Amino acid sequence: MISLTSPVKTRAHGWPAGAKLAALCVATLVLFAVQPLAPHLLFCLLMLALYALPGRQFLRTGLGRLRVLWPFIVVVVVWHWVIGDAVAGLQIALRMITAVGLANLVTMTTRLSDMMGVVRVLCAPLRWFGIKTKAIELAIALVVRFTPVLVDKGQVLSQAWRARATKRVGWRIVLPFAVLAIDDAEHVAEALRARGGL
Amino acid sequence: MERSLTLIALFAALVAALGLIAPITMGFGVPITAQSMGIMLCGTILGAKRGGLAALLFVGLVALGLPLLAGGRGGLGMFATGSAGYLVGYVLGAYVTGLVMENLRSLPIGPAAGVAAVTGGLIVVHLCGVLGFMIVLDLDLRQAIVTDSAFIPGDFIKAVIAAIITAGIARARPASLLSRA
Repeated sequence: MISLTSPVKTRAHGWPAGAKLAALCVATLVLFAVQPLAPHLLFCLLMLALYALPGRQFLRTGLGRLRVLWPFIVVVVVWHWVIGDAVAGLQIALRMITAVGLANLVTMTTRLSDMMGVVRVLCAPLRWFGIKTKAIELAIALVVRFTPVLVDKGQVLSQAWRARATKRVGWRIVLPFAVLAIDDAEHVAEALRARGGL
Repeated sequence: MERSLTLIALFAALVAALGLIAPITMGFGVPITAQSMGIMLCGTILGAKRGGLAALLFVGLVALGLPLLAGGRGGLGMFATGSAGYLVGYVLGAYVTGLVMENLRSLPIGPAAGVAAVTGGLIVVHLCGVLGFMIVLDLDLRQAIVTDSAFIPGDFIKAVIAAIITAGIARARPASLLSRA
């Protein structure tokens, strides 16, 4: 399974995931509390500087991931310009870019296993109410394992479609696709029970 | 217990896979990503509790940094974009879809799934999306609704298709239709 963690090793990879997430929460709260345009410009530049620190490849990957924001930037700037408050539009667009940039930074420097550690800690109180938190970890592992399996099966299905039909792959393919997922789930459930269950 | 767990996990994986395989072409040639339809199917097939948990698992894994959203997007950053409302809405929407499905036992499966998918997968998801636009992008209610409305026709078609697929599942794997179990 491909993850969004950066292959370029940075010092932040070694920092505890919980601390990075807490810092991100504080930074996001600050971003939403500050109003004027000038500090937002500064925050945005600081965020970009953080991306530049580990080198050019990291910067390029990071900026590439911010590209998904352009439709939102257009929406914000145009709507605020329409109501005659273009400065507010720019400020909100900058705030969003900085917030997303910082959050992506945490994602890029934190491995899935470290994130799982944080989930485990946060889920600990659920055990007081008799909820089996091990089931949550098993469910996460199953999704990580089965997403690529289902993607492969979906591709085989659409190849089968294209081999037989002249039309492009249509929505009808989703039915056999869902049936495949259900069958996989029933098989895995049986296998889990055979091995002693949860 | 094992069966609930694996169905929840496999439906979360199905939602992810629907976003990652090539876009599916609609009847009139418009390619769509089927991800939001997967959310509707979580509710119509698994019911409120399990469907909601499947959607929560999917959204949670996006937050943990897996690129499971359509086009391989993901990570914590997605929750600071204008899409944040829709992501939260996926969880609530799947739950409400299941709730409506479970309470419409008097209707045949297809129409019940249609009503459920429109209520949860369309209305609830879009209400959350509008709220997300208002909070993250600071739009007023009217602007947020106008921006959001661009996606309503597509999602309405997805709700109809989700109903047809749910009826198909009811014939192909009746024992797995937990919303009617």
